[in-house]
Amino acid sequence: MTDTSRRAFLQGTAVAAVTLAPGLTLIATAADARPAGEAASPKQRWGLLIDTTKCPAECTACIDSCKEEMGLPDHGRPATDAQYIRKVSVKDPASGKTVSLPVMCQHCAKPACVDVCPTGASMKRADGIVLVDRHICIGCRFCMMACPYKARSFIHEDQTGQKIANPRGKGCVEGCTLCAHRVDAGEMPACTEACQNRGKGAMVFGDLNDPASEIAVRVATEATTRIRADLKLDPAVRYQGI
Amino acid sequence: MKKVDYQELTPLTPGWLAAVGGLAVVVAAAMVAVFHMEHNGHWVTGMSNQVVWGMPHVFAVFLIVAASGALNVASIGSVFGREPYQPLGRMSGLLAIALLAGGLAVLVLDLGRPDRLDVAMTHFNFKSIFAWNVILYTGFFGIVGAYLWTMMDWTVKGWYKPAAIAAFLWRLVLTTGTGSIFGFLMARELYGSAVMAPLFIAMSFAFGLAFFNLVILGLYAATKRPLGDDMVARLGKLLGVFIAANLYFVAVQHLTALYWPEKRDAEAFILLNGGIHTLLFWGGQVVIGGIVPLALLFRGTVGRCTLRFSSLLVTLGGLAQVFVIIVGGQSFPLQLFPGMEVSSSFFDGQVATYVPTVAEIVLGLGGIAITVLIVVIGATFLRFLPAALGETAPAAEPAEGAPAPAACCASPAE
Repeated sequence: MTDTSRRAFLQGTAVAAVTLAPGLTLIATAADARPAGEAASPKQRWGLLIDTTKCPAECTACIDSCKEEMGLPDHGRPATDAQYIRKVSVKDPASGKTVSLPVMCQHCAKPACVDVCPTGASMKRADGIVLVDRHICIGCRFCMMACPYKARSFIHEDQTGQKIANPRGKGCVEGCTLCAHRVDAGEMPACTEACQNRGKGAMVFGDLNDPASEIAVRVATEATTRIRADLKLDPAVRYQGI
Repeated sequence: MKKVDYQELTPLTPGWLAAVGGLAVVVAAAMVAVFHMEHNGHWVTGMSNQVVWGMPHVFAVFLIVAASGALNVASIGSVFGREPYQPLGRMSGLLAIALLAGGLAVLVLDLGRPDRLDVAMTHFNFKSIFAWNVILYTGFFGIVGAYLWTMMDWTVKGWYKPAAIAAFLWRLVLTTGTGSIFGFLMARELYGSAVMAPLFIAMSFAFGLAFFNLVILGLYAATKRPLGDDMVARLGKLLGVFIAANLYFVAVQHLTALYWPEKRDAEAFILLNGGIHTLLFWGGQVVIGGIVPLALLFRGTVGRCTLRFSSLLVTLGGLAQVFVIIVGGQSFPLQLFPGMEVSSSFFDGQVATYVPTVAEIVLGLGGIAITVLIVVIGATFLRFLPAALGETAPAAEPAEGAPAPAACCASPAE
């Protein structure tokens, strides 16, 4: 199926938005799909809100769905296998309190990876999604040195079984795309969908710039934090309960 | 200043053939290593998603840093007008270019996509210090090349001084750029410091002169050309000053970091409990690469043996220093949640292990071989090397009994 027909199909089968309250939309729908050929808009700032109190340590729904969606096989070499998203266990040594949370590319507004990339392969879309242009990535790994979130993986071997939405190649650097292909089609990222369907609904995806979106409302009204907020990279991923 | 007679190396002698052949074999082995790593992918190396820059980068950064330092001898003679150094200006320039070529070869051949070198040369993100370095490295070849031209062609002698000043300033900026590759990284505790730029300049002074000394001593011994004791002593004292400067900036680097509570765990990792990194820091970088050669060079008159041995120690200590900076800096885990205990399937919170493979080391040695090969070929076809050097008559063997291995004074026949 071509990109155009796929997008048309998705638009044609748009599901109704789940409305929690007047003006409050739980999930983006296919009706919000960006038309083919239209550039990403700075009017949007896509982001995630993750409530760690709803994220059990044993649940890996987000990780499993990411691997399936993006075609990330397990080579049995954890030191070199790509991980776009992983569950991190954080324990306070003083109190013993432990939380588990998924960590992926934080899609920073001021991404260090984009600053240091010599060729411009690391780039930020107008809507805030940080990506790697694999046509001009030379595999220097400077972005991996610069990212404080350890969000990127170097591709250490030839790839097979790739997904159309995520072409991959040995020798380039990769990371979470926030499922840009799904977002452009009006869907939510695979991890968020899996968390809502198979997990405990810890993850919420949406437009931080849309004051009516659930994520924007909750960020405005509830306590949230960002990992290494002190670095002032302005990540688009926010957490609760840490 | 008296006229200096420059002479090419005599090619195709048994010694020349052995040297060039040996170096070519090392370069060929490095190419095999590159094919192995690039064909299979980097999983066959010791590098990983935790330690993304390994042994190839250690060699590459060492050679690139040494390149700018090797030019110092020429700059001292031209920019600062010290006549005794002027006959060595040509070789200084040649070695600077050769070291940079060797370092860049290793760096490029370890890229994930070395076939995209054209992309690196045509796509520039000017906010990236890496992109600026591409320009600085390319410019270094051009400026030092022009500088050499003014040294070797009397018809453009009028440009000698401007070219010398331009090359000197460019080399300072270049090493600032190399240091800033680490200085501009705010993610990791052991980088992200303005001291990286002057530290790298001090490192370049020491590493570059040490490598230069080894090349000069090797070439003069191999060709049996006279090399004055005064020149040897002068190069020795200069190396001592540069070693001291490097040690000074290393002290500033770590003392500054120790004042930041957030960096103390990382500092303790390097200085106290980092295993191989602590060993290489104190044993390799500070003692072998710093204190021992410093003591040897300042305890009395410096002879060939002392200079050769000290230069070798500085080179080995320099490789240890770059290893500690690059691999040690990555091995200490990223602080996603400062003060918390962190773990994950992606090795968060863990000290990374890195065991270099033979292929990585061979690639690095290939960079050194490329450097020396360029020097030998260059000095064979053009007049880079003075027929004699220094004022005083050289002794047949070093006069003073330096406490170096006897083998270090052996002079391979040309």
